[in-house]
Amino acid sequence: MFTQVMDTISTWSIPLVVALVSLFAICKKVPVYSVFTEGAKEGFSTAVMIIPYLTAMLCAIGMFRASGAMDWLCAVLEPVTSLIGCPSEILPQAIMRSFSGGASEGMMAELVETFGTQSQIGRIASVAQGSTETTFYIVAVYMGSVGVSNARHSIAAGLLGDLASLLAAIFIVNIMWF
Amino acid sequence: MMNYIWVGLVVIAVIAGAVTGTMDGVLNNIFDFANTAVEISLGLIGTMAFFCGLMKVMEVSGLCEKMSKAIAPIMTKLFPDVPKDHPAMPAMALWMAANMLGIGNAATPFGLKAMQDLQTLNPTKSIATNAQCMMLAIGTTSVTLLPATVLALRAAVQTEGAAEIIVPVIISTSISTIVGITCTWILGKTKRWKWENVIEREIAQGTLELNDNYLGDDPIVLPEGYVCKVE
Repeated sequence: MFTQVMDTISTWSIPLVVALVSLFAICKKVPVYSVFTEGAKEGFSTAVMIIPYLTAMLCAIGMFRASGAMDWLCAVLEPVTSLIGCPSEILPQAIMRSFSGGASEGMMAELVETFGTQSQIGRIASVAQGSTETTFYIVAVYMGSVGVSNARHSIAAGLLGDLASLLAAIFIVNIMWF
Repeated sequence: MMNYIWVGLVVIAVIAGAVTGTMDGVLNNIFDFANTAVEISLGLIGTMAFFCGLMKVMEVSGLCEKMSKAIAPIMTKLFPDVPKDHPAMPAMALWMAANMLGIGNAATPFGLKAMQDLQTLNPTKSIATNAQCMMLAIGTTSVTLLPATVLALRAAVQTEGAAEIIVPVIISTSISTIVGITCTWILGKTKRWKWENVIEREIAQGTLELNDNYLGDDPIVLPEGYVCKVE
């Protein structure tokens, strides 16, 4: 029941947002069609920009997995992750998430490709990836832009937020589907 | 750091492959995943272009401004040190609204502007104020209504069920935002990170620099004979 409601909202939200945003924009006299295509052009370059990072990460992780090293790593992590109902395959990506958005995107893509988009691993990986920003990058860029070098507790708070979003992702996916 | 991680992965893979005798698998996965990467990336372009188009419409139609007005009332509670009518307030609200809508490219300039405005309220040159810490905590844990890249990656692998993660992402980002705000608030009061304590420590070490462009009305008074050791 809960899962059905959530799934329905997920299914409806994008079409509804598309319709409502377009309506809102046309009421504001925005030339919706030309603005949309202009934005889509930017999307093209964003997608192309991802390719090298995705290739570098997917190949390295693919090698790592095929060699059996990933199984060793997962076996080491298993006792920790099984406590919170998390498949150990997720943890490398989850840790990478706070350091590099591109690298963790590559790791998520590899998990989704290897285990399937609707597997427990694939779903947790997707939700965890979508749930937080790259803490170290954000703090470095914005603090750096005004010359602040002592960021005080912002890294610690950001990382605790990342941890919370990972735990929430595991918890929600397990409740909804498994 | 990425250099070491990447080299580490590749070198360990080759050594492990040699030990376990799975070198053919390692070799095959180089080619397989290089192809997969391009397949995913090409499959990504369409979805990505669609969402970026939609986001541009959101941006141009002024949806961000509308949303930033909606969150304005809680801003004064989150940033007690920032005066209500300070220019940093609308800039931060716009940055947060753009983050929520997932308009990454449009969000950055708002964020940089907000950070600069907050810096005028920073009596020091290089120590982050409570407001600056809070702004970034909200930014990195931001509620995400449309995780565009993840949706596009999923759709590139399999269209069916690609969008099923939207509600889970909204729930989990809401939780992480609450945790981020709470942690910033609590950690900012600890002995190690409390504003007054950090200032005191930096004065003792001679590393404190005053902000020449400070516009607030509560400047730091340096003790007599203070010598700044920073070049």
